[in-house]
Amino acid sequence: MFSSIPKKFPAIVFIIVSLANLACFSGRQGRGDTVKIQGAGSSFVNPLMQKWVSEYGNINPNIRIDYQSIGSGGGVKQTRDRTIQFGATDVAIKDEEMKTADGEIIHIPVILGAVILTYNLPGVEKPLRFSPDVIADIFLGKINRWDDARIRAENPEANLPPADITVVHRSDGSGTSAVFTNYLSKVSPEWKERVGEGTSPSFPVGLGGKGNEGVTGQIKQTPNTIGYVELAYAVKNKLPVAEIKNRAGQYITPTFETVTNAAAESLADTPADLRVSITDAAGANAYPIASYVYVVTYKDLPDGRNGKALVDFLLWGINDGQSFAQPLYYSPLPQEMVKRATAKINSITHNGIALRAETTNVQ
Amino acid sequence: MSSNPNENILTGERFGAAAKKTNNILGDRIFRVVLTACGALILIIVAAMIAVMTQSSWLSIQKFGFGFLTGQTWDPIKGEFGALPFIYGTIVSAVLALLIATPISVGVAIFLVEQAPKSLARPMAFLVELLAAIPSVVYGLWAIFVLAPLLRVYVQPFLQQTLGFLPFFKGTANGIGMMSGGIILAIMITPIITAVVRDVLEAVPVTQREAALALGATRWETTKIVLANANSGIAGAIVLGLGRAIGETMAITMIIGNRPEISASLFDPGYTIASVIANEFTEATGELYLSALIEMGLILFLVTFIVNGLAKLLILSVSRQTAQSQ
Repeated sequence: MFSSIPKKFPAIVFIIVSLANLACFSGRQGRGDTVKIQGAGSSFVNPLMQKWVSEYGNINPNIRIDYQSIGSGGGVKQTRDRTIQFGATDVAIKDEEMKTADGEIIHIPVILGAVILTYNLPGVEKPLRFSPDVIADIFLGKINRWDDARIRAENPEANLPPADITVVHRSDGSGTSAVFTNYLSKVSPEWKERVGEGTSPSFPVGLGGKGNEGVTGQIKQTPNTIGYVELAYAVKNKLPVAEIKNRAGQYITPTFETVTNAAAESLADTPADLRVSITDAAGANAYPIASYVYVVTYKDLPDGRNGKALVDFLLWGINDGQSFAQPLYYSPLPQEMVKRATAKINSITHNGIALRAETTNVQ
Repeated sequence: MSSNPNENILTGERFGAAAKKTNNILGDRIFRVVLTACGALILIIVAAMIAVMTQSSWLSIQKFGFGFLTGQTWDPIKGEFGALPFIYGTIVSAVLALLIATPISVGVAIFLVEQAPKSLARPMAFLVELLAAIPSVVYGLWAIFVLAPLLRVYVQPFLQQTLGFLPFFKGTANGIGMMSGGIILAIMITPIITAVVRDVLEAVPVTQREAALALGATRWETTKIVLANANSGIAGAIVLGLGRAIGETMAITMIIGNRPEISASLFDPGYTIASVIANEFTEATGELYLSALIEMGLILFLVTFIVNGLAKLLILSVSRQTAQSQ
């Protein structure tokens, strides 16, 4: 009696499992034409990537793209290890890492992001204004009072409280921190010396919040705090956003336009491999804390059919796909960068033969 | 309660089963093999984890050696890694949590078993178990949005005014830090400790309570006898809670401030081992950085092992003393 249940049970489970396997397997065989592309990386670009994947899937039902939001670092690592076909990263890969990869990796800018300063100061209505040296000194802990003369000088009308400044920064490794510290390293030699730039900087002062939501939560809940978050996140959550003085001496509010401007103004200095930092950009109407999000992939792809699909997807993304950027609070690429990125994508090869050229020949 | 009847029952059963002897022996063998496999699996998993983590963190172990344990700098950009602030934060937050949670949980459990009327005990016990099922990220969000402001506005200024001369209550009170971390952990481990202690107390035979009451003991004295009997079970419950407090990641990282610093003040931010791994692992680039993070995992293993061992020893000696004093 008792023993009959355990005896039958595994048998039933076995049958169900094998049936399920069969179903999956035959399903896969049935859709033999489907090309599967796997990508992973930046969580910042994830909402846009998912939108692209689903929109592109509607146009090309035989191409299935998976994008896993595992963080830029993981995306780069898996791309290098060739476990996925493409990665997305908020920070360009460093020279040393490029050298140790087993092939040439190319960077394709796909969209723009920006980092903004937000704060919680009850009674302050108009956006605060900061110059780069003041921001650096606040995050270094050298300016630690809101009624500091240097903050007051830039914001004469603001009702600044006589209180300590509490800095809130990201505690998790993130491209947002990397872009922000890249900016600070450019504008402050002391920051560059003491802290440097990277995804997990060791901040001299402040509290760490996990993720954009952790930083925002701590800032919203604690008066007299200041911190940095992604522009997209700030817009969605209607956070107060500071105006930042750019290299041309103008105080700039971060908008899609001023962020795209920062990229456009930096085009002259953009090297051929498109790895460029656009923080502290020149130009009167350029927001200074912005960056490209890159898709990274090997220049020569091992699988021709798969590679061709990836090339087509990326070309669609930087052209037609740009229209999905603004509704999701990303800034689109400047026109000139679309051209350069297109050329970069066209240079992707399979066994030394350009994948894009191959199709034009066939057509 | 002599053991003779038990033996008789046992032998009787064995004789009765003699008819199906061969079948049963085979069954017993399979049963034993399966159970041994289950036991061995745990050992294999633990050994495999230690082996893999040691191997993956070898770069960091070689580079920093013992200094990793005493180092106080954590700077991924410059490639300097030290674990001491994290070890400190992990232990202090867990101990703090235990100090708050233990008396409350044991109190709740005693109330539920010894004092509360049945109509109240059942729904309350259910609520306690419900608390244990809440995901830790929800606790973390609650901590940011409710606990932290509460501490910042009421509790911390009060502590600073009354006990501000102590080093524990100095610095800026902004509601986020070691104290909040300890409290949120305490809230999270209370349901577990309570549930286990409640079960342990319920397992103490009613006859003992009746005997004590019959001898003229008060309710308090009766409870003391019940507690003395449940000692080792309560100790187990506390160690279970400690384990959860040390390993907790999500909730505490949202509220502790994530700052690798050793400060006596409970108002200041801290950092725990589990939190730093969760925070930095996804974006860790570079061999040494990754290797250092994995070594943190190894240290967490070690810390859990040592702290659990110490807790068991401490509780054992305390329970022996109470047993002797009775």
